[in-house]
Amino acid sequence: MKMKGARIIVESLLKEGVEHMFGYPGGVVIPIFHELFDAPLNFVLSRHEQGAIHAADGYARACGKPGIVLATSGPGATNLITGLATAYMDSIPLVVLTGQVSTEMIGNDAFQEADVTGITRPVTKHNYLVQDVRDLAKTIKEAFYIATTGRPGPVLIDIPVNISNAETEYIYPETVEIRSYKPNYKGHPVQITKAVEMIAASKKPVVYAGGGIILSEASKELQEFIRKTGIPITTTLLGMGAYPETDELSLEMLGMHGTYYANHAVHESDLLIAIGARFDDRVTGKITEFIPHAKVIHIDIDPASVSKNVVVDIPIVGDCKTVLKDLNKKVIAPDIDEWVKHVKAMKKDNPLFYEDVEDVIKPQYVIERIYELTKGDSIIATEVGQNQMWAAQFYKYTQPRTFISSGGLGTMGFGLPAAIGAQIAYPDKQVFNIAGDGSIQMNIQELIVAVQLRLPVVIAILNNGFLGMVRQWQQLFYDKRYSSTCLECSPDFVKLAEAYGAIGIRVEKKSDVDAAIKEAISQTQIPVVIDFRVDREENVYPMVPAGKSVKDIIMRELA
Amino acid sequence: MNHLNQYVLSVKVENKTGVLARVVGLFSARGYSIDSLSVSKTQHDDVSVITIVVKGDDRVIEQVKKQLNKLIDIIKVTDHTTVSSAQREIAMIKLQLSPVKRVEIFQIAQTFNAEIIDLSQKTITFQIVGPPNKVENFIDIMRPYGIKELIRSGRISFLRESHNL
Repeated sequence: MKMKGARIIVESLLKEGVEHMFGYPGGVVIPIFHELFDAPLNFVLSRHEQGAIHAADGYARACGKPGIVLATSGPGATNLITGLATAYMDSIPLVVLTGQVSTEMIGNDAFQEADVTGITRPVTKHNYLVQDVRDLAKTIKEAFYIATTGRPGPVLIDIPVNISNAETEYIYPETVEIRSYKPNYKGHPVQITKAVEMIAASKKPVVYAGGGIILSEASKELQEFIRKTGIPITTTLLGMGAYPETDELSLEMLGMHGTYYANHAVHESDLLIAIGARFDDRVTGKITEFIPHAKVIHIDIDPASVSKNVVVDIPIVGDCKTVLKDLNKKVIAPDIDEWVKHVKAMKKDNPLFYEDVEDVIKPQYVIERIYELTKGDSIIATEVGQNQMWAAQFYKYTQPRTFISSGGLGTMGFGLPAAIGAQIAYPDKQVFNIAGDGSIQMNIQELIVAVQLRLPVVIAILNNGFLGMVRQWQQLFYDKRYSSTCLECSPDFVKLAEAYGAIGIRVEKKSDVDAAIKEAISQTQIPVVIDFRVDREENVYPMVPAGKSVKDIIMRELA
Repeated sequence: MNHLNQYVLSVKVENKTGVLARVVGLFSARGYSIDSLSVSKTQHDDVSVITIVVKGDDRVIEQVKKQLNKLIDIIKVTDHTTVSSAQREIAMIKLQLSPVKRVEIFQIAQTFNAEIIDLSQKTITFQIVGPPNKVENFIDIMRPYGIKELIRSGRISFLRESHNL
């Protein structure tokens, strides 16, 4: 059947099972919006393209399906860049459609023209400029395939307006064949056998699991691996929820603000089993002192991640789930009773700590109360900075896809739109956006989307009047010169919430924290903003300073 | 900075818009400038080979090779740095032609099998083809005669089936 390009786009999205998409209209995408007007899918109108792409990202992280974005050319597309880079760093599958000026005008500095495939090349897994309407359906099919297979990532399709308006026969391909793209899912059996031997012979092994577990839905297999081997496990920020943090073998998060016991166990280990993690500098600290005694097994679908930062003894290139399944069939539990006893003792003796007091609200206390009052059953979407680290430390994650955070890029302004995306994926779940007073202002305009769609997202602002994480660094490493980190002038967040049609609650006393959280989670149709006035100069500890090793860990405020 | 070695990479790619930009982007993003680059179609219209000569830190180049392999439109990356390969380059070189030195210049050119591609009252232009060190050598020897213009094709490299050449 002959169809216009715009119609082909919508039909193809429906073929891919798209239920929700996120975006913002503009001149060259009007033909596509024209077709979306009565299409059987839910279009979520953001108030800024950055909000749209972070929402699509949050949606993808929450439910595992690719997030779909549509924006116009020029500024519409450039507003997506931060969102693309965020998703690219954390390997989140997105299919992003941008309008482009008409093919004959490309390169002429036309109105709202930007070289979008050029700009987005380093922050997408792949991108396309469609130059012939006959390529459109095939391109969309490929984009979905590339975004969701192998190491996932964002794929962008730039569609000139004349392509949207041109007609062709619509045939949606059933299969994709790209000769130069064949992701390898199955780990090499020889490597797996070697890994089995190395694990069996280890005396002080630690599992270090990352976002790859979540992306490949390998949580169950990971838990089976731990059950069979009894090896203590730590996760990265993005790996949280892959293994229940309430379990005694969980060492929770490692890295710069990870637990004492996770960092020390890794440092003392004689075997580090990295699964779906990429040895980020926020995990390793000073790379030469990271694991002085350990051999490394690295399971990852991306060959380019192997031996990138740390030399690996046994690389296993493959999908975490597939490899773990194979490994679980053969794995032999090592004799590590002494080691596990030692690790458990470290855990008992050096717990996460903050000095709780009665007269001020500690931000960590707020997170603990959210955890208790929602019975650990919420989806937590964070901003970036202290709020993110406290949300990582003081809420115990037991399920995959319940912690949503920009790890690699560290994007402030991510959390609120991501929470909206997560709430759209799971209308019945309690979704929190843990925010700071700085980052919440970076995409606050998206609040109206939650109001409009009656999404009961709870926005918990840990308001300390500072850009807290940078202030913490200035305090510890830059002579307390608080250059441009004091937010002396901020909006009244309660009035702001009310102006948007949301509920605003201010909490200034510790004794009011519970009531505010309870009130917020009782709402089912309306977002709630809670302005927690927390201790202004509370810091995130433990802290391994940037470029230092675990030996330099700072456990608490120095007097 | 660590010691930089010269690498010769042969990258077989889909002949599509933007592929070259993707490939060179991986080098420029790391602050590496490419010493030479040559791109052209193969016997298949839809496949091109990009030959890249670049100096870099061993570990970084290893990483770039993996990243190149990851690019969707890259079919194969082959490292020609240490394997047996025929590497060739073309240079065109225009010299001042002073009557006094004419014979000398001709003799040198003959020794190198350089071909005259242009001859005027005041200038002579040679084309030289060969392994990079031969081309380099020719240019060095001709330099004192006054090079007016010089262009080089960038290296191409072909794996040998035999390993004893």
